[in-house]
Parts: sequence; structure tokens; C-alpha cells
Amino acid sequence: MKRKILYSGAAAALLLMMTGNLWAAEEIVLDSGATAWMLTSTALVLLMVPGLAMFYGGLVRSKNVIGTMMHSFTAMGVMAVLWVIVGYSMSFGKGVLGGWFGWEPSYIFLSGIDTAIMPQGIPEYVFSMFQGKFAIITPALIAGAFAERVRFRGYVLFIALWGLIVYNPLCHWVWSGDGFLFNMGAAGAIDFAGGTVVHISAGVSGLVAAVYLGARRGYPKTAMRPSNLVMTLMGAGLLWVGWFGFNAGSSISSGLATAQALTATQVAAAAGALVWMLVEGLHQGKATALGFVSGILAGLVAVTPAAGVVKPAGAMALGAIASVLCYLAIIMKDKLGYDDSLDAFGIHGVGGIAGAIFLTFFIRKSWMAAAAAAAGGQWSIWQQLGVQVVAVLVAIVYAGLLTYLLVLLVEKTVGLRAAPQDEMAGLDHSFHGEHGYGMLNAS
Amino acid sequence: MKLITAIIREEMLDQVREALIDAEITRITVNRVSGHGRQESLDIYRGKKVVPNLIPKIRLDIAVNDEFVDITVNTIIKAAKSNSGGKVGDGKIFIMPLEECIRIRTEERGGSAI
Repeated sequence: MKRKILYSGAAAALLLMMTGNLWAAEEIVLDSGATAWMLTSTALVLLMVPGLAMFYGGLVRSKNVIGTMMHSFTAMGVMAVLWVIVGYSMSFGKGVLGGWFGWEPSYIFLSGIDTAIMPQGIPEYVFSMFQGKFAIITPALIAGAFAERVRFRGYVLFIALWGLIVYNPLCHWVWSGDGFLFNMGAAGAIDFAGGTVVHISAGVSGLVAAVYLGARRGYPKTAMRPSNLVMTLMGAGLLWVGWFGFNAGSSISSGLATAQALTATQVAAAAGALVWMLVEGLHQGKATALGFVSGILAGLVAVTPAAGVVKPAGAMALGAIASVLCYLAIIMKDKLGYDDSLDAFGIHGVGGIAGAIFLTFFIRKSWMAAAAAAAGGQWSIWQQLGVQVVAVLVAIVYAGLLTYLLVLLVEKTVGLRAAPQDEMAGLDHSFHGEHGYGMLNAS
Repeated sequence: MKLITAIIREEMLDQVREALIDAEITRITVNRVSGHGRQESLDIYRGKKVVPNLIPKIRLDIAVNDEFVDITVNTIIKAAKSNSGGKVGDGKIFIMPLEECIRIRTEERGGSAI
């Protein structure tokens, strides 16, 4: 589990500065090992964003590659700035407005944590930056659902608003010490590294936006072939590497829990990839590269909420289950005919839901024993399953509803859906005045 | 028999192709080409506006029997013209006499091979 974030951390540090009370300094010990790993994890999670840009960029047509990669890169700018200004406060401050989101004035511009060391032995700056990376990648994931057909300025406004009123509250509910999902049941809803907060919220939001905005021109009649699967494979590789920071870093420590999460992550990704290849091979007769990397992602997404509580066999099962369900979801998409262009819902939504629900059956005994102790003797997996289902439903309903309102708002003000002429010319030329693949034409 | 070569805007390809298919002209060859015309197309790189010397275009090559020339040409013109009556850069169509056409598989020649 993510450790409870104590507001007293920042407060104590402030007090320390003001009073110069030296004996208190002995109580806050910096753990250089944990700090070093958390710094590394922070960098690894950031690496996932260019990884995602490559993954998505390779999957779109050549006229949209810059626009699509910019959807990821822009998030690094917009979300990082918002996170420092108010995001960290809204996520990890004390609950306000009935616990809707957090608020802590000393977190605005991170002004109050300049010298804060957290109880886990890491500087609060590191924790804040680590969490900030999650706030960057989540809206970037959504962009896959409505790829190749949105206006750039509309997209920027959308992710800024989405980060503020969808991501920050969800993050607060699930990971902040006084969040209602953090405290639900015996030991809280299990979301180790962002199954609900990141993947379900992004997947469901993507689905809602994609359905509202409508399909790309010509979909599904016109074949829309990926511009560069080589880049997609490299992006998927970077995502897998970065995911070690995402999951193992979410232990906010450098020790046993970190190792457990790292192992689960590796195993789930590998099992997901293999199962996808197998299913596709049986179904289509060929094992595709895009299928293999989709399986990697399905496994990684499913193990994200579970990495802290499952053993390797459980992680393997989760990766396999998620691959099969995601594969079926994508077939279902083609039947239903909505245009979730790069399967943000099909992989992140479905994989996240599968992971958050099915992890219940693979929780290690020590966690259940601790939960039983916390509940005063008894805690069954069925009770935990109830908690998980509630957390998933909360994420689906909240993200879905708010995204609908935001998409409506952005579409009616600055416009989100690209004009037909701009869409035909491609996002690159229409919104950025550039071309991604200069070498395609003599120039 | 005639060989019709059309140079059109990149972004019009889908529209032109769909229109041709609707008109039952389904045997076409498509190329990416670059060229000079009267159009200027602006790109921006690091704040500097750049007018590329060569502008990317799409080239369609369509071999047709004489009775299909008009419908092919009219379909392309209708689908490739920009909104509001056309703009500089919409492209050109060239029509050339076609001496022979051979289908490799059957070795048949002339109009029936098209």
C-alpha cells in the first residue's frame, strides 16, 4: 500500500525551521537508499511519457504523428506546472468540501515542503515530484482514445481541466491519508500504483470523449494503417522499463515491498504478452508485433493496482486474464463501431478494471491477516472484493460523468473536434505547421 | 484508351478515392510526389516561417477506356476542388493517349485489359 502521507511532515519541518529546535532534528532521518530509489523511480515514470508518445505516434497515420506525440509531450508541460501550483495540494492536502479534494496552503507552489523529510525517510520534494509524474501520464493516456481528430488548443484546455477536477480528487480519495477509498473496509481499497486513479479513469474518460466526439473521418471503412510500428515497439519497451518506477516506486521505500512490486510487474507484463500472442495466433493465425506489445501493456496495466499485494503466480494470472479480456474488448469495439482510436479504453480501461477486481483472489496471506487484524478479527476476500468493486465503480462513474461535462464545455467554447478540412490535412500541418516525416517526400 | 494523371492535394486523397470508387473507377495507382506550382505552403520551424521549395502532392494514375474519360475527370475535379470554388494549389489533370495496355497474368491486350 501507499503509505499514509502525514501532513505533520511538512508542519513539523516548518516548526523546526521557525523554532530552531535542534533535538527534534534527530527524529527525522533521511534514508538515502530509499531516496535514491525514489529519485530513480521519478525519472523512470517520466520516461514513460516519451515512451507513450512513441507508442501512440507510431500507431497513427503519418500526417498525424507530430500532433499525436505532442499530446503526450504537452502533458509534461501543462500537468507538471499545474501539479506544482495546486495539484499536489488538491491531491495530498487535508480533505475539504466533504472530502471532495484536498487543500493545504503550504503545498501551493510546494512552498512549505522546502526542507520537509517524510516519515518514510525521503524528502517530500521527491514524493511530490514522483506523484506529479502520474498526473502527467494519466491525461496523456486519454489522448489515445480520440487520436487524429482533436484541435490542439481544445486538447490543452481539456487536459488542464481534467487534471484539476478529475485526477486530483481521485488521487486524493485513493492515496491521501484521509481519502474515503483509502480508508474503506478493513485496510482500504487496494490500488497500489494507480489501477483506478490512472488507468480506469483514463480509459473511461477516453471512451466517453471518443463516443461524444464521434469517429474519425472514414472510420471504419478506410483502413488507417500505423505510420511506424518500429517506433511503437520502442515506445512499448520504454513503457515496460518505466513501469518499474511506476510500480516498484509506489512502495515509497527501497526494500522488500519494492522488490515484491518489481517482480510482480515483470511477471505480469511477460505473461500478458505471451497470452496475447497465443490468443491472437489461434484466432488470426499470425502473432503480430502490435499484439505482443498490446499484451505487455495489458499485463502492466492489470498488475498496477495489484503489484503490492500479489505473489508472482498471482501476477502471472492477472497478466493473462487481462490480455484475454482486453483482446475481447477490442473485438467488441469493432462490433459496436465506436472509434477508440488507439484503444485507450480497450487496454487501460478494461485492463485496469480486470486488475483491480481480480487481484482480490491473489492477495498474499500476510496482507489478509493484517487486514483481518485491522478489522478486529475477520476479513474475507469477498468483503475485500466488495471494496474493490466500489472503488472501481466510483472511478468509472466520477471520471465518466465529469469527462462528459468537460468535453461538452471545451467543445462549446474553444472547440475540441477538429474541422473536417484540418482533419483531412492532418494534425501536424493544421495545428503545428510541421511535418513529422520529412523524408517521405523530396524536399 | 487514355492515361489520366491527376496531381491533387494530399488531404484530398481520401475524398477523391472515395468518389472514384462510388463512380466505379476502382483501378488506380497512387504516388507521393513533390513539385512546384503557384501555391505556397507555410511550415514553421523554431519560430521561423519556412516556405518549402517543393510542396508535397499526391499523384493519381488511372488508365481508362475512352468512354470513361469524362466521368473520371469530372469526379476528380468535383472531389479535389477546395471548398468555396477552388484555391491555388488544388492541382492539375493531364490526359494522354495510351498506346497499349497488357494484363500480365492473362497477357490480354487493349481495352479489355484495363
